[in-house]
Amino acid sequence: MYKILEAGKLAGNIYKMVVEAPRVAKHCLPGQFVIVKKDEVGERIPLTICDYDREAGTITIVFQPIGASTEKFATLQTGDFFRDFVGPLGQPSDLCTEPLEEVKKKKILFVAGGVGTAPVYPQVKWLHEHGVDVDVIVGAKTKDLVILEKELQEVAGNLYITTDDGSYGRSGMVTKVIEDLVTKEGKTYDHCVSIGPMIMMKFCCLTTQKLNIPTVVSMNPIMVDGTGMCGACRVMVGDEVKFACVDGPEFDGHKIDFNAAMKRQALYKTEEGRALLKLHEGETHHGGCGNCGGDK
Amino acid sequence: MADVLKKVPVREQDPQVRATNFDEVCLGYNKEEAMEEASRCLNCKKAKCVEGCPVSINIPGFIHQVKEGNFEEAYKVISESSALPAICGRVCPQESQCEGKCIRGIKGEAVSIGKLERFTADWARENGIKPTPAAEKNGKKVAVIGSGPSGLTCAGDLAKLGYDVTIFEALHEAGGVLVYGIPEFRLPKLDVVAKEVENVKSLGVKIETNVIIGRSITIDELMDEEGFEAVFIGSGAGLPMFMGIPGETAKGVFSANEYLTRNNLMKAFREDYDTPIVKGKKVAVVGGGNVAMDAARTALRLGAEVHIVYRRSEAELPARAEEVHHAKEEGVIFDLLTNPTEILVNEDDAVAGMKCVRMELGEPDASGRRRPVVIPGSEFVLDVDTVIMSLGTSPNPLISSTTIGLDTNKRKCIIADEETGKTSKDGVYAGGDAVTGAATVILAMGAGKAAAKGIHEFLSNK
Repeated sequence: MYKILEAGKLAGNIYKMVVEAPRVAKHCLPGQFVIVKKDEVGERIPLTICDYDREAGTITIVFQPIGASTEKFATLQTGDFFRDFVGPLGQPSDLCTEPLEEVKKKKILFVAGGVGTAPVYPQVKWLHEHGVDVDVIVGAKTKDLVILEKELQEVAGNLYITTDDGSYGRSGMVTKVIEDLVTKEGKTYDHCVSIGPMIMMKFCCLTTQKLNIPTVVSMNPIMVDGTGMCGACRVMVGDEVKFACVDGPEFDGHKIDFNAAMKRQALYKTEEGRALLKLHEGETHHGGCGNCGGDK
Repeated sequence: MADVLKKVPVREQDPQVRATNFDEVCLGYNKEEAMEEASRCLNCKKAKCVEGCPVSINIPGFIHQVKEGNFEEAYKVISESSALPAICGRVCPQESQCEGKCIRGIKGEAVSIGKLERFTADWARENGIKPTPAAEKNGKKVAVIGSGPSGLTCAGDLAKLGYDVTIFEALHEAGGVLVYGIPEFRLPKLDVVAKEVENVKSLGVKIETNVIIGRSITIDELMDEEGFEAVFIGSGAGLPMFMGIPGETAKGVFSANEYLTRNNLMKAFREDYDTPIVKGKKVAVVGGGNVAMDAARTALRLGAEVHIVYRRSEAELPARAEEVHHAKEEGVIFDLLTNPTEILVNEDDAVAGMKCVRMELGEPDASGRRRPVVIPGSEFVLDVDTVIMSLGTSPNPLISSTTIGLDTNKRKCIIADEETGKTSKDGVYAGGDAVTGAATVILAMGAGKAAAKGIHEFLSNK
């Protein structure tokens, strides 16, 4: 059992939890993820690591409920437990494993979208602590959904916030900010890391391709075990099949087939939708979900 | 008087009934049936069956006790050699091991050794008989990586010798392939696997779940920082293989590992669990091994029409005859001498059919089996909406890539001595699928046993 030392909302329906997991906290690096299971009957859900404290032995996770299992996570309070919490999984970010002198030569841009801001934060923080200051763009739908602004302010070189509706910071999509920075504000970048919803990463990659900036994205596909056993998380990178859990989660964004990845992501949508119905409506869902043989 | 040349038949669920549930297929012997079957044993002086057993159970010894009705004694005899008899009695390929060597088998049918082992273990469980823990602890710490058949066996044997053993398991449940791979209808999880894991724990073995060696902690750290004097790697098989044909990343294509893990470990077949699974209306399972049979019979129980697609003929099917027989009885369709060439997809990137060719058998190849050759112009489309690839696995590199000085062969399997399990790294032993590539439960147990002996010798002379 893994104790939740702190549970709360960051914004809108984005939740933050600090969880006691000393083995994970001792070894994790930015870019890696954990798999979390609430109880006996729950699913194994991969979540990115937002922060870690090696001394305290804690991991901070940030998530937005999108299905029955993550909705159940959201009901947990400080003092409750996750039944299972395993990690760190996946490869650490290249920026944390390459020789530091090489990394210091680069001008680096991070582009975060929505809840994708959470996995961007530890990378920016790690780089800052190692003497590398990077530019960060954070995009959100509206002002109330901007997360980790204060934390990022402390560790980023320049922080650019943009909202789709213009209610805070700049106005418009992250792609517009990238273009403005490079074409109008005289910025140059030789490396970009983009993490957020699949559709945002896709358009971000189209923009950076045009601007000739190599771009790394973090994939979060369907996963079961997370150790390379099930093969559910396979993604096409160029013409190679890669397993996001052991080869990734970070890949060359210019080589990812986003359209295929997005379709694959939708595989259990109806199943998840059904599970959500069952969760909300209990026994009364029968007849409506199409899954349980009608109106038994 | 029953015919001594024939086995006492074992009761099974009716095929049509069991095709719609996940309850165990085989119901096993009762006391009377077991004693009658045991009386068929010739009690050979030089017992061939024991030679056929990878863990050398004293087979005539335990069967003699069953015949006399001394079931507790029978269990004690088995326990000297095996920590997992209820499991082995169910999933061992007895026809090619103990029963394959039985003298009774020359004129008639071999003694049902597997079913007798199962009966004995089930009787012991139902009557609360536990294996006996070591009298004295020696205080030496050994780490076992993986709680599958090789790990549980190695841990159990070492604990009996007095070692302080901790098993590290990557998943959230102990049992490895016994839990995620083999389905409920062949191996009940709660009544059989969990109970045998409990038995191993009752010997003093600790099990820590959710620890991935190579990620959560490395082997070097276990030895240098956590005080383990020896390590056994029983991490099992690894990454699923795919065919490399077009359409394999489409929605509705699964590895057998994923499909079975969702259903067995994550219990997708039960309404009260949250795990989603794609049930499929028409399912093709590509491959002919035991795992393919398990995936096919699972899909069938979830309500699909199921085809086994295999490129050779029935005689070459690598699965156990009993599994093939059960699958057929339940209504799985066998498309033999058939090989997929492409998975067709619709505009939504979901499976819309599978293009296949017919094969015929040519000259024997390197494996000694006749090589399947494509029949020109035989292309056709199999109408399916789900494809499960069951083509075997390649080793998981997580441990070998994070442990300095641990040698692997060209197939990326860990190199270990067959007699002792010793690897190229001092104090580190290995066995099971991580060494041999995908094999059977009992061979993994045999390797776990050999390694326990190897580790004991190493630590006794240290």
